[in-house]
Amino acid sequence: MARISADCICVEFPIWNPSRRSLKSTVLRATTGGRLARETSTLVLVQALADLSFEFSRGDRIGLVGHNGSGKTTLLRVLSGIYEPVRGQLSVNGRVSSLLDLSLGMDREATGFENIVLRGVLLGLTPSAIQSKVDEIAEFSELGDYLSMPIRTYSSGMLLRLAFAVSTSVAPEILLLDEWLSVGDAGFRDKAERRLLEMIESSAIVVLASHDESLIKRFCSRMLRLEHGRSVSGLQPIS
Amino acid sequence: MPARLQHAVQDLADGARAYHIWGRLGWQDILQRYRRSLLGPFWITISAAAMIGGIGFLYSQLLHQQTEQYVPFLAVGMLVWFFLAALINDSCVVFTSAEQFIKQVKLPLTVHVWRLVWRNLIVFGHNILILVPVFIYYRVSVGPSALLGLAGVMLLAINGFIFGIVLGLVCARFRDVPPIVANLVQLGFFMTPVMYQTQALGRSEWIAQFNPFFHYLQIVRAPLLGLDLPVESWIYALATSGVCGLITFALFARYRARIAYWV
Repeated sequence: MARISADCICVEFPIWNPSRRSLKSTVLRATTGGRLARETSTLVLVQALADLSFEFSRGDRIGLVGHNGSGKTTLLRVLSGIYEPVRGQLSVNGRVSSLLDLSLGMDREATGFENIVLRGVLLGLTPSAIQSKVDEIAEFSELGDYLSMPIRTYSSGMLLRLAFAVSTSVAPEILLLDEWLSVGDAGFRDKAERRLLEMIESSAIVVLASHDESLIKRFCSRMLRLEHGRSVSGLQPIS
Repeated sequence: MPARLQHAVQDLADGARAYHIWGRLGWQDILQRYRRSLLGPFWITISAAAMIGGIGFLYSQLLHQQTEQYVPFLAVGMLVWFFLAALINDSCVVFTSAEQFIKQVKLPLTVHVWRLVWRNLIVFGHNILILVPVFIYYRVSVGPSALLGLAGVMLLAINGFIFGIVLGLVCARFRDVPPIVANLVQLGFFMTPVMYQTQALGRSEWIAQFNPFFHYLQIVRAPLLGLDLPVESWIYALATSGVCGLITFALFARYRARIAYWV
């Protein structure tokens, strides 16, 4: 049963200037009294998420809205397990797939086919599972013979097509999207949107982060507005 | 605290099981370096061979050694040293260079460490080919005891994994540790009997005895050259690995969740 529940989760990033990152100054801090107080006060903590509590359950289509830097991407990373909250309780039940960076792990010198396998492995597929999907991915990407060429020969649009085709070939239980994915030229864009909608349809929980509210209103059932890492008014239903 | 331990153990178990990920990424690392070159990964072999050939000739003169004993000794020593030094130097950047992966996709962190170990094992595998002509030319006979050398290589690989976690973690937090480590490794090369025999140290032989690098080197070098089993070195190497392993596990359990914040 897919379910996400968060209770007062906080995420803070310590920002170290070069002297903080340096071993020498850390050692010196331990040995000299005077520096201690002064240096400690220069440690900047950026509070990316503060006291967020929510509960997402099966069928929820959550829209995350907020300005740049309001914590949308950080929250998606927390949900995918990358950042573990500094404080608070988070439990995530269900297989999470995050489409944060579509082309992560792709190797420019490798062929399209090799990259399908590379991407697939990073998406959590076993090599045999990928082999069974290769034909379908190749067909969807419409790249034909180009798939046997190193992807450095691709245009950026072709590259995105391939990345999109692989990344959307697995249906997760919990789908995390950072901005709506729009790839390719007009014809391909419609096809890609259909596929993305299908994927959303078949996922138990979807969290979509965007600053485009009309988009959120179109696809989501509930909305969480973030401001400076805090929830402004909790989960709001979208009429 | 038990939750932290549990997560650390989970990471170690999942990481080891994800061999299809790190196996592929490690191999990709090698290919990436040598794609579009005619000889591919064998450039690794050639550059090591050139180094050993040059130093072998020069130092056998300098140290007044017989080339038929010195060159095989040097070749094995250098290959093991290259392996060890690369493991340590790569360890420093194992997490920082995987920043892109760590921040975008949830993988066990030890996947990145296995990738490093695997990549260096592949390089070592290419390098070891140098020994074939050297051993044939200088008539070094390799007996079944060479298998013990293989066990030594495995222990070094496990140590590479340990260094990877501990150095990767410390270097992600303190960015001036990598140059310190690089300097120590460089110094270690001269302090460790790679280019000279231990006996040449005379009364200062303790320099080698207290040097963990020497014992790591010895457990691979001695059996490959058909010398007696270096029992003492095995004991030292196993003890060092055990202690380092425990410290590393404790640090990993404590700071694993922070690594994503640090890189």
